[in-house]
Amino acid sequence: MSKPSDLVQGTLDLLVLKILALEPLHGWALSQRLKQVSGDVLQVSDGSLYPALHKLEQQGWIHAEWKPTENNRRAKFYSLTRLGRRYLEKEAANWERISAAISGVLRLTEV
Amino acid sequence: MRFEHWIYTIPLWLRALFHRNRLNAELDEEIRDHLDRQIEFNRARGMSPEEARLVALRQLGNAALLRDQTRATWNWNGLERLMQDLRIGIRTLSRTPGFSIIAIVVMALCIGAATSLFTVVRSVLLRPLPFRDPARLVMVYEHFRGGELSYHPVAPADFYDWRSKTHGFEDMAIMRPAGYNLTGVRNELPESVQAEAGSSNLFSLLGVQPALGRDFTEADDKRGSTVVMLTWSVFERRFAGDAKIVGSQIHLDDKPYTVVGVLPSWFAYPDASIQLWVPYKADASTEMLQHHDWHGSQVVARLRSDVSLPRAIVQVGAIQYQNHLQYPHDPVAEDVVSRSLNDDLAGEVKKPLTLMLSAVGCMLLIGCLNIANLLVARGAARQKEVAIRSALGAQRATLIREQMAESILICAAGGGGGILLSLGATEWLAKTWKDLPTAQSIHMDGAVIAFACALMFAAALIAGLLPALSTTGKSMLKALQTSVRTGSSSVSRTALRKSLLTVEIGITVVLLVAAGLLLKSFMQLRATSVGCVVDNMLTLQYGLPGKTYDTPEKQNAFNEMLLARVRAMPGVRGAALGTTVPGAGYWGSDEFTVKEHPPLMAGEHLPDALTRWADPGYFGALGIPLVSGRFFTSDERLARSYKVIVSHQLVQQYFAGEDPIGKHLHIPGRAHYGAPNLADFEIVGVVGDILYQVGKEPKATIYFPILEGRGGAMLAVHTATDPLQFSVPLQKQIASLDPELPVSDVLTMKQIIGASLVNASLSATLVLAFAILSLILASVGLYGVLSYLTTQRTSELGIRMALGAQRDQLLQLMLMDGLRPALFGLGLGLMMSFAATRIFQSMLFGTKPLDPMVLTGVIATLLAVAVLACLAPAWRASRINPTQALRTE
Repeated sequence: MSKPSDLVQGTLDLLVLKILALEPLHGWALSQRLKQVSGDVLQVSDGSLYPALHKLEQQGWIHAEWKPTENNRRAKFYSLTRLGRRYLEKEAANWERISAAISGVLRLTEV
Repeated sequence: MRFEHWIYTIPLWLRALFHRNRLNAELDEEIRDHLDRQIEFNRARGMSPEEARLVALRQLGNAALLRDQTRATWNWNGLERLMQDLRIGIRTLSRTPGFSIIAIVVMALCIGAATSLFTVVRSVLLRPLPFRDPARLVMVYEHFRGGELSYHPVAPADFYDWRSKTHGFEDMAIMRPAGYNLTGVRNELPESVQAEAGSSNLFSLLGVQPALGRDFTEADDKRGSTVVMLTWSVFERRFAGDAKIVGSQIHLDDKPYTVVGVLPSWFAYPDASIQLWVPYKADASTEMLQHHDWHGSQVVARLRSDVSLPRAIVQVGAIQYQNHLQYPHDPVAEDVVSRSLNDDLAGEVKKPLTLMLSAVGCMLLIGCLNIANLLVARGAARQKEVAIRSALGAQRATLIREQMAESILICAAGGGGGILLSLGATEWLAKTWKDLPTAQSIHMDGAVIAFACALMFAAALIAGLLPALSTTGKSMLKALQTSVRTGSSSVSRTALRKSLLTVEIGITVVLLVAAGLLLKSFMQLRATSVGCVVDNMLTLQYGLPGKTYDTPEKQNAFNEMLLARVRAMPGVRGAALGTTVPGAGYWGSDEFTVKEHPPLMAGEHLPDALTRWADPGYFGALGIPLVSGRFFTSDERLARSYKVIVSHQLVQQYFAGEDPIGKHLHIPGRAHYGAPNLADFEIVGVVGDILYQVGKEPKATIYFPILEGRGGAMLAVHTATDPLQFSVPLQKQIASLDPELPVSDVLTMKQIIGASLVNASLSATLVLAFAILSLILASVGLYGVLSYLTTQRTSELGIRMALGAQRDQLLQLMLMDGLRPALFGLGLGLMMSFAATRIFQSMLFGTKPLDPMVLTGVIATLLAVAVLACLAPAWRASRINPTQALRTE
């Protein structure tokens, strides 16, 4: 339950980076967005997002900042760094390549 | 790219290191914020407040685990966890200070002893001498075929042949011991100093540069040369480290010598007692240098890098064999042997040192096993805690790490204490152990401390890993399942403790056997009689300087005057004047033939015997019995002194079934001064055997009359009361005859004999100390295991009693439970010691590896200690009140 075992290792990172590339978000909003975009296909428990976010931050791909939100509250907003953007581009291209290759194999017709 | 990366990550690193608490608070806030928003979201979708909260929590997952996982991504996490483990470790250890202190003291003793011995072993056996390329330095000795391998001193004439006729060595150098009376130019106190005479190429061969002044030159190395080099110790001690001494004169045996150089402070070769060096040929007569039987020198050689040692030695051996053939009737060896310079220096101490190092290793292992055992017991007590924590999600690695922290702390504290201990112990050892060749260079350094740390780490692993693995295994969940009522702990863990104990006791037995054998050897050595009176005997040595006492008549006048005065002193029972006394060492030997016997076959071994000089009253005063014939008379002096007295051993060996009195010994090495053809000595008496050294077999001995004229002598005085009270009056007598004459080695006979036993006593004492410590450790372990078993089985014992078991039945039950590992261990240990004791057989005297007395003693001691250790807990078990026992959980 803690780890999204169905997800290929590193895929969660890729998804998080991609969503954050669109706009800076705080943790909860990010989890909502993940659910929206992936539908029910990717079952990610809300909690497992945080280790992933902290890891990305330690690596320098994303940057965290406390910002005020509505009703006098504040939340930790994550945004993509320049390094993260470059990393995302590289990884996305990688993913495209691999998934294309895998789909190609799977599309072979059985004789 | 790299630089930009650092801009982002370095602040994070710093934050993670220094603002740990704020990071934790922020993480909490972040998760709380997430939950709040989720709850709001849920409520907006129409859930009740309570339901909204529950659903949000479920969606989030295990919050505590989540926090842990997040924290695990932070930098410095390993460090944080280490600190945490150590904190917990310190807390658990300080809850049981008794256990912790015992464990730390045990570790400190074991690591301290091991470190000290390692320091000694490293300096003596492992560290190459500070000479240039020491691996290629070898000592070459003569070897008489037929006998067992012996390293026989070399005759200079042989050496000169080797050096000029062989090519396997870069160079060869020769040296021999010498002694001088060092007197000051300005009335300083005279002292007798030990010296070495070395050929001029010796220091360059070894690769030693003088610290001050210059080395000997080829031109210095000739007869009558008066140059001398000082060692650093005499330079500092007697000449106050004044560099002006180089180039000025000192007096040796009243002759002026010029100091040409001072050797560096580390140079203590062949040993530290050498105070000065003179050229080899300086005071050797031409005949001495030409004789092939003047054995008394050591040869050191440097192997050529392109020649193997066997090839080089074979070449030297061939030259030596030619010399042997050339002088068939002289004691010229047929062959040569070599050994490395390092082995040559360490020869005497290698075996005891290795033995002690193994003993200390065993003790360290026992210490580790004991701590492992104690930790297993603690682990067992915390079984439920561990089980509950692992049920709550603690990882096995975490639990193991936590338990390891305890053993690491114990070993680190023990190791720290051990290093401090060994600082003192090493110094003591280097001072006490007389045979250590490089005693002053033994000290701790980085390598030794690194060794101690490695030891510490290994000990922590051995002591910690085993218990940690055993308490956290898969079976631990059983602890939760077992009903509280049965109370008995897992069988496997008890088995583990018992087998640890068996090994521990086994090793203890080996140590005890070794210690017992060494102790018995030592007792036997102490009890051997050297063959003369030992009690109330004072000895001293003097050497009459050749300048003042230049004729045998003058020497005799002094010696006889002194004897007469000493014998007249009140309280003196007798006085003996000779060159040495029994028990004081080998001193010297000579080859001989019997004139009346047929000549020896070519290649036959020449007989040899110890040689000593004695005055007419020598044997009477020392209490050496006359077997047949007579003692010397005062008439046998100077040119009329061609008489000898031989020992009973010599008669048995070489005059079987004959009367030796009136026969003649031909002793070429003792040809009379100025008459080289006169070398026959008539046997006038036979006396009882003496031991030249305790622990050595008696050897054939020849006594010459000291009245033939000798300048160096040892006076032994048999006194009526405590001999040491006579040392000052005796020296006053000598001073009244010659105030310039230095006296040395004022010792009682007991001290002389004791000195040769110091090393035997040291190894026996140390190994015994290790063995006793191990015995204590093993008995503590035995006691601990049985006490633990008793508490574990309290309720079982209660049930047995309730069912009618008798108290002495319970006592027997518990006693047998404890004694079983002891008996197994005893068997194991005896088997191991059969193998182990064979290794140091050569160190034993008057006993053998399977000495029944020692073995019985060890078995009895171990059983007694084991029964005592088991008795207390077993007794407690049998006194249990059944109703109370049944109530305890």
